[in-house]
Amino acid sequence: MTSARQLVVTDLVVERGGRIVISGLSFEVSGGEALVITGPNGAGKTTLMRALAGFLAPKSGQIELRIGAPGSNGMNRDDGLSIAEQAHVIGHLNGIKATLTVAENVAFARSFLANERPAAEAGDLKTDARAFDDIDAALDKLGLGNLAAIPAGLLSAGQKRRLCLARLLVAQRPVWLLDEPTVSLDAVSTRLVASLIDAHVNGGGMALIVTHVPLGLSNYRELELRPTGTGGRPDADTEKSESAPL
Amino acid sequence: MIAPFRALIGRDITLALRDGAGLGTALGFYLIVVTMLPLGLGPDMKLLSRIAPGMLWIAMLLAALLSMARLFEADQEDGSLEVLATGSLPLELVVMAKALAHWLTTAVPLALVTPVLGLLLNLDLAANGPLVLTMLAGTPAISFLGAIGAALTLRARRGGLLVALLVLPLYIPTLIFGISAISAILLDTGAFTPSILILTAISLMSIVLAPIAAAAALRMQFE
Repeated sequence: MTSARQLVVTDLVVERGGRIVISGLSFEVSGGEALVITGPNGAGKTTLMRALAGFLAPKSGQIELRIGAPGSNGMNRDDGLSIAEQAHVIGHLNGIKATLTVAENVAFARSFLANERPAAEAGDLKTDARAFDDIDAALDKLGLGNLAAIPAGLLSAGQKRRLCLARLLVAQRPVWLLDEPTVSLDAVSTRLVASLIDAHVNGGGMALIVTHVPLGLSNYRELELRPTGTGGRPDADTEKSESAPL
Repeated sequence: MIAPFRALIGRDITLALRDGAGLGTALGFYLIVVTMLPLGLGPDMKLLSRIAPGMLWIAMLLAALLSMARLFEADQEDGSLEVLATGSLPLELVVMAKALAHWLTTAVPLALVTPVLGLLLNLDLAANGPLVLTMLAGTPAISFLGAIGAALTLRARRGGLLVALLVLPLYIPTLIFGISAISAILLDTGAFTPSILILTAISLMSIVLAPIAAAAALRMQFE
C-alpha cells in the first residue's frame, strides 16, 4: 500500500463542561482496519468522535493522522489536510436539508466534501456527467434511487439516515467517523451499512464506528470505553473476528 | 476551493428562494414599518420628505436583521453545520459564502424595493437612484457584521433579539455614512462621493474581517 494512513491517538484527555470525560486514552487505527467503539451511555463515545473530528479541543494528548507504511520510520504528519478534512463525520444529526430534494442533497455533499477532483474545471461537462453518475449510483446503492426528486423532508427517519450515509459514497475520504450510523435503520439497511464499511475498509480506508448493535462486520477490532472514575481500562484492545482475518 | 464555495452559495440561495420565509418576512416587515410611518407622523409632506432617507435606512436595517439570527441556526439544528465544518473549505470561507448568500437574498431585494416605498414617504425622486446605490454599497456590512452576531448567539435560546443588541451598534457607521451620502444629494453639498467611498470601505472591511471573527465564534460553539 503506497499511502497507508494511520490514526494515532496518544494519552488523549478530553474535558466537557469541566468534567474529564476521556482520560489517558491511547489507540491506533491503520488503513484497512475498522475499530468498533463500545461502552455504556456516558462513557464518552460521542465525545471521542467529536474530538477526533476536531470539534472539541483535547485538554492534553495528541491526535495524529500519519501517512506512510505502518511501522516504517518515515512517518510524517499528513501534509496540509486536517483530520476533519480527510474524514467523513456522521453524527447523531443527519445534516440534510429538508427543502432540497434527495438528489440535490447528495449533489451538494459531493461538490462540497470532495477534496480533489482529477481534471476538475477543465472538462466541466464531463465532471457534471460523472457527478450525475456518482449520485445516481450512490442513491441506487442505498435504495433511494426512485426517491431522487422528492424533498428530503418527506422521507421517513430511516430513509433520511440512508440519505445522510450517501455522502460517504459520493466523496472519497480515507477516514470514516461514524457515530451510531444505524440509528433508525431496519435490519436490511443495517447489513447494507456493514457491507459499505467492509468495502471501505477492504479498499484501504479506516473506519471508527460507535455502535450499540452488532453490525456484522467481517473483520474489526473493538475498543471498550468505560465511564471515567469507575476504574476503566480504556486502552484494552481486543481482537475480534467473525471470519478469517484479512 | 472555488467549487465548494460556489456549491454552498448556490445551496443557500436555493434554500432561501424555496423556503421564502426569510425574504418574505423581511420584505413584509419593511413594507409595514414604512406604511405605518405616515400614519404615525401625520400628513405633513415636507416633514415626511425630509426624514424619508433616514427612515428607509433604519427600517431596511431592522428588516435585514430579522433573518440574521437564522443564518447558522438552521444549519446547526439539522447537523449541516458539522458537515460544513468538515469540508475542505476553511470555516472563514463557509461564513463568507453564507453571509454573501444572505446579502444576495435579503439585503439586495430590500434595497431594490426601496424606491417603491420611497413614494409612500414623499421621497424626492432625484434621491431614489443614490439611495439604492448607498444601500447596495452599505448592506454587505450588514450581512457580514450580522454573521458575527449570529455565530455568537448560535447556542442561545431565542437569540434573535440578542443578535440585534450585539450588532446594531456596529451598524452605526454604515447608517451615518449612508445618510450623509443621501443628504449630500438632497442638500447639494457635494459630499456624496466621499461618503459613499467610506461606506464601501466599511463594507469591504466587514467582508474581510467579519468572517474571521464569526468563524472563531463558531469554533467555540462546537465545543
